[in-house]
Amino acid sequence: MMLILFLVMISAYLLGAFAALLSGRGAVGRGLVSAGAAVGSAAGLALGVLVIASGFPLTFTSARLLPLTGVALRLDGLGAFFLVVVGLVGCAAAIYAFGYSAQYAGRYSLRLLGVMFNLLLLALSLQVMADNALTFLVLWEAMSLTAYWLVLTEHDQRGTVRAGVWYLAMTHAGFAALIAMFLLLSGAELTTSFASMRAGAALLSPGSRNVVFLLALFGFGAKSGIIPLHVWLPMAHPVAPSHVSALLSGVVIKMGIYGLVRVLLDLMGGGPAWWGGVVLGVGAVSALLGVLYALMEHDLKRLLAYHSVENIGIILIGIGAGLIFHSYGLMTLAALGFISGLYHTINHASFKGLLFLGAGSVLHATGTRNMEEMGGLIKRMPWTALFFLVGSVAISALPPLNGFVSEWLVFQSLLGGSNIPTPEVAVVMPIAVGILALTSGLAAACFVKAFGITFLAIPRSREAEHAHESPPSMLAGMALLAIACVALGLAPFVVVPALGRVLAGLGGLPDTHAVFSLNLSLVAPNNFASMSPTLVALGLLFLLGLVPLVMLIFRVNRRWRVSDSWGCGRAGQTSRMEYTATAFAEPLRRVFAELYRPTKELSIDFHPDSKYFVQSIEYRSEITPWFEKVLYGPLLWFIRFVASLVRRLQSGSVHIYLFYIFVVLLILLLIARWS
Amino acid sequence: MSLFAKIWRTPAVTEAVGQDPEAQVAVVARQIGERARKLFGRSLHIVEVDAGSCNGCELEISALGNPYYDMERFGLHFVASPRHADCLLVTGPVTRNMAEPLKRTYDATPDPKIVIAIGDCAINCGVFKDSYAVVGGVDKVIPVNVFVPGCPPEPVDILRGILSALDRLPRK
Amino acid sequence: MTGYLLEISQALMALALAPGLVGFVRWWKARLQGRRGAPPWLVYYDLRKLFGKEVVISKNASWLFRFTPYLVFSSTLAVTLLVPLIAAPLPFDRVGDLLLVVYLLLLGTFFLALAGLDPGTAFGGMGASREMTIAAIAEPTIALSIFGLAVGAGSTNLGRIVAQTLAHPGAAISPGHLLGFAALFIVMLAETGRLPVDNPSTHLELTMIHEAMTLEYSGRYLALIEWAAALRLLIFFSLLANMFAPWGVATTLTPVAVSVAVIALIAKLGALGLVVALLETRLAKLRLFRVPELLAVSFVLALLAVTSSFLLR
Ligand code: SF4
Repeated sequence: MMLILFLVMISAYLLGAFAALLSGRGAVGRGLVSAGAAVGSAAGLALGVLVIASGFPLTFTSARLLPLTGVALRLDGLGAFFLVVVGLVGCAAAIYAFGYSAQYAGRYSLRLLGVMFNLLLLALSLQVMADNALTFLVLWEAMSLTAYWLVLTEHDQRGTVRAGVWYLAMTHAGFAALIAMFLLLSGAELTTSFASMRAGAALLSPGSRNVVFLLALFGFGAKSGIIPLHVWLPMAHPVAPSHVSALLSGVVIKMGIYGLVRVLLDLMGGGPAWWGGVVLGVGAVSALLGVLYALMEHDLKRLLAYHSVENIGIILIGIGAGLIFHSYGLMTLAALGFISGLYHTINHASFKGLLFLGAGSVLHATGTRNMEEMGGLIKRMPWTALFFLVGSVAISALPPLNGFVSEWLVFQSLLGGSNIPTPEVAVVMPIAVGILALTSGLAAACFVKAFGITFLAIPRSREAEHAHESPPSMLAGMALLAIACVALGLAPFVVVPALGRVLAGLGGLPDTHAVFSLNLSLVAPNNFASMSPTLVALGLLFLLGLVPLVMLIFRVNRRWRVSDSWGCGRAGQTSRMEYTATAFAEPLRRVFAELYRPTKELSIDFHPDSKYFVQSIEYRSEITPWFEKVLYGPLLWFIRFVASLVRRLQSGSVHIYLFYIFVVLLILLLIARWS
Repeated sequence: MSLFAKIWRTPAVTEAVGQDPEAQVAVVARQIGERARKLFGRSLHIVEVDAGSCNGCELEISALGNPYYDMERFGLHFVASPRHADCLLVTGPVTRNMAEPLKRTYDATPDPKIVIAIGDCAINCGVFKDSYAVVGGVDKVIPVNVFVPGCPPEPVDILRGILSALDRLPRK
Repeated sequence: MTGYLLEISQALMALALAPGLVGFVRWWKARLQGRRGAPPWLVYYDLRKLFGKEVVISKNASWLFRFTPYLVFSSTLAVTLLVPLIAAPLPFDRVGDLLLVVYLLLLGTFFLALAGLDPGTAFGGMGASREMTIAAIAEPTIALSIFGLAVGAGSTNLGRIVAQTLAHPGAAISPGHLLGFAALFIVMLAETGRLPVDNPSTHLELTMIHEAMTLEYSGRYLALIEWAAALRLLIFFSLLANMFAPWGVATTLTPVAVSVAVIALIAKLGALGLVVALLETRLAKLRLFRVPELLAVSFVLALLAVTSSFLLR
C-alpha cells in the first residue's frame, strides 16, 4: 500500500512535469500540470498519514529503487510529518495554480513554471525521506534551484532578478555550511547512512559537536529565513507567482526546521543547554523583529513574507525550549517543546499558504500588491475575503483556530521553565514568554491592518472598484487550506498525540502520545494546564446562536436602515478620507522608532504670492532597513572589492589565459614534486 | 492628596430635587424623569448641533452639565455621535453651509428621535434674520418637535423644553 | 449538575452586575466632582433603550459590521463561564485557562477593530489603530503576570490558582503576587479603556480610543457592544480580585458558601470600582504616545514579579 502510494506520488509529479514540457499552455495543459501536482501531493499526504498512523517506517535500498548508487531513502515518523505538510500545501497550491496560472499564458513561460513546480514538489517530498548525506544534499540543491527558477517566473518585473540573486547567494552560503556540517558528521564519507551517523555523532569531540551545531544553525537558518539571515525572504517570496509563494513560505522554509530537528535532535541526540538557548534566542529575535517589520509593510505579499520570519521564530522558540529541557533530561517537557514547534509548523504551513493564495487572488483581481490601492474587496470578492479572514484569525493566534492552539502549547512549554533547576537558565523563559506575547499581540494588530485595509471600507482605486471574484479552482485551493486551519484548531486531541508518536525515540524522547490525554481537553504534562479548543468553539457557536435568539424572544427592535457613514455631517465620503495602512501603523512606528529609525522628508510648495496658499505637499517617510545596511553593507562592499581585484586578472586575451594555465601547471608540478 | 481633602470638604453642589431655591429645576427635573422613563427608558442621549449660532446658546447648554444643574442625574447625557443619540439639540439660524450637515445628522440618528430647536435664532433666525447667509429656522430643514425661545434661553428653560418634547411625542 | 447550574447562574449574574458596576464607577466619579450624578442603575435603562431603537448602518459596511457585535458579546460572555467569580473550581475549569481568557478577549478586540475600519471613516480607523496598538503592547504584561501566577500555583487554570492561594494565604503577600497585582492593575486600566489611557466620558473624537471604533454603531448593536465592554470591566475586576485575593470564593457548593461568595464578590468589585473612580478623579489622560511608557512600567513590574517568584521558590 505504502509502496503504491509512493510510486503514485513520484509518477504523478513526473507526469505533471512531463505534461508541462509537452504543452504548458491551454486549459488542458494547465489542467494536466495541476492534476499531476495535486495527485502527487495527495498521495504524499496519504503516505505520510499512513506512516504516522501505522508507525512503520518505509525503507528503500538504492539498488531496488534506482540504478544510482549512493541514494538512500527512508521515511520515518518525522519525515512523514513533513511529507504531510508538503502534501497539504502542495495539493492546495496545485489546485489553485490551475486558475491562477492562466493569466501567465503568453506573457511568461508556463512550460518552465509547470515543470519547476512539479519538480520542486518532488524534491520536497523526497527530501524528507533522504537517509544519507549525499541524497540529502543533492535533493537540497534540487529544491533550491527549482525554487530559484520559480522565483524568476516574472523575470521582467522590477526587483525579481535582484531577489533571485539574493536568494541564490544566501541559499548557497547555507548550502556550503551544510556540506561542511555533513562532512564533519559523517567523517567525510557522504554516503554513510543516517543510522551510522547517529552512532558516530556521539563519539565526536564536544568542540566539533559545537561546530556542527553552529553550521547546522547557519545552513538551515539561511533556508528558514531566521534573523539576520532573512533578507532574501521578503524579496524573493513576494515576487514569485502566488501559488509558488504559498509553497515557498508554507513549505520550503520549513525544510530548515526539518533539518534542524533531524540533525540536532535525531542525529546529534541533543546537546548542551546553550544550544537550546541560542535557538530560543534566535527564534525570539526573529519572531519579534519579523512582526515589527511586517507592520511597516504595505505590500501585501511582503507583509506576509515578514510574517513567515515571525512564525519561523515562534517555531524555533518551541524547539529551543525543547532542546533546553532535553539537556536537563526533562523529557516530557522536551517533547512538549518539540511538539509545540512542529504543531506550529503545520499550522503555519496551512494559514500562511492560505494567506498567500488569498493575496494572490487579490493580486489577480486588482493587479497590485499595494494595500493602499485596495479596499472594499469584501463586497466584490466575498469568498476570498472569508478565507483570508480565517487565515488572519488563525495567524493572529486567536481562539478557536489552529494558531492559538500551537501558541498555547509554546506558552505551556515555556511555563514549564520553572522546572529547570538552574535559575539563571530558567529566567530566560519568562523573557521569551514576554516576547512571544508581544509578538502575537502585534501580529493581531498587523492582521487587522492587512485585512481591514485590503478588504473593508471603500475601494481606494479604480482597480479595486472593478475587482472580481476568483475562478472556482482558486477558491477551491483556498477552501482546502481554510478547512485545514479550522480542523487543525479543533482537533488537537488527534494532532498532539500523533506528534508525540512522531517524536518518539528521536534523541531519546519517550513516546508521549499517551501523556497528552486523548480526551477533548488538551492537557500539558504534570497536569499543568488544560484547555479544549473544541469545546470553546462549540461554546462560542452556541452563544452566537443563543444571543440573537434571546434577543428575538425579548422582542428587541429589529428594524434597520442604511445611511451614509457618519462623517460629522460633511457631504460625500471618498476613499481619500479613509485611514490608510500607513496611518494605521503610525502609532506603532512611533513606539518602536528606535528600531525603525524612520526618515522623514517634507516639502511644501507655497503659492508664490502668499504662504497661506499651499500648492502641493510632498511627504516621504521610510524606515531604515537596518540589517541590509549594517550587516550586509560591509559584506557586499568586501565582495565587490575582492571581485574588482579578481577582475584585473581577466583581460579577454587568449595569450594571457594560456600563460595563466602554464603558470598554474608549473606550480602544481612543483608542489607535487616537493610533497 | 490635597485634591481629595478638598473633595471631602466640599459637599455636592447640585441643586437637590425638592428643596426650594429655584423650585423650577426640581419640578422640571422630576417631570422629565417620569416622562423620559416612559419613552426612552429614562435615559436620553443628546447630540448638539450648532447650525450657525453665536455660541451664546452653547454656553447655556454646556451649563447643563456643570455640577449645579448636573443634568446627568436625570439620565440626560451628551454623546459624540448621532448614531448613539435620541435627541438633537439644534442652535442658531441654519446657515447655508450647515443646512446639509444638519440634514445628514438628522438622517444619521436612529428612530425614535426628537429634535429641539434652542434659541430665538433657531426659531426664526433672530438677529440674523434676512441675512444672505442663512437658510431660515431649523424647521425649514428638519422637522422640529419643540422650540425653546430666548436669546439665549436659560438652562432651566432648556430642560423644560426637553420635557415638553418628550410630552408631545406620540406614544409608541 | 449543581456545578453546571452554578456555572450558568454565574454567567447570568455577571451579565446582570456588569452594567451596574459601570454605573457605580460613574456615580462615584460624579460624587467626587461635587455632582449628584446619575444613579448607578441608569446604565440598565440605557441598555434597554438601545435595544428598543432602530439600527442605522453605513452603506459602506459589510456583513462583518453586523456580525461583530454578536461575536464580541458572545466571546466576552464565554469568558464569564471560565473565570471563577463565585466558586472554584468550576466544572468548565478544564475547558480553558487564563491564557484562553486573555485570547478570547483579544478575539473580541480584533473583530471590533475590523468593524471600526469597515464603514471607512477616519474615526473608526483611528480608533482601531490605537486600540490594537495598546492591546498589543499590553499583551506581554498580561502573559508575564499569568506566568507569575502559574509558577506559584503550578498551573494556568484559574481554579487551581484560586485553590492554591486559598491553601497558602501567605503567598498572597509575597512580592511576586504584589508586583503582579500592580502590573495587572495597570494593564486592566488600559484594556478596559479607563483613565489615564482612555477617557470613557470624552466627546472629542480625536482623544478617543475605544469609543472611536463604535461611533458607527447604534441601537441593539451598540447595546451589545456596551454590555460587552461592561462585562469586560467586570471580568478584569474579578480576575484582579479573585486571583490575588480569593477569599470568599466558594469551594463547596453549599448555599451559605455561595451566598457568602456573592457578597464577597460584590464587595470586592465595589472596592475596586471606588479605587478606579478615585484614580480617574486624580489623573489626567496621558498623551497617546506616553501610554507605552506606562505599559513598559507595568511590564517591568511583571518581570520583577516572575523573577522574584523564581528566586524565592
Ligand atoms: S439665540 Fe441668541 S444666543 Fe442663541 S445663537 Fe441666536 S443670537 Fe446667539
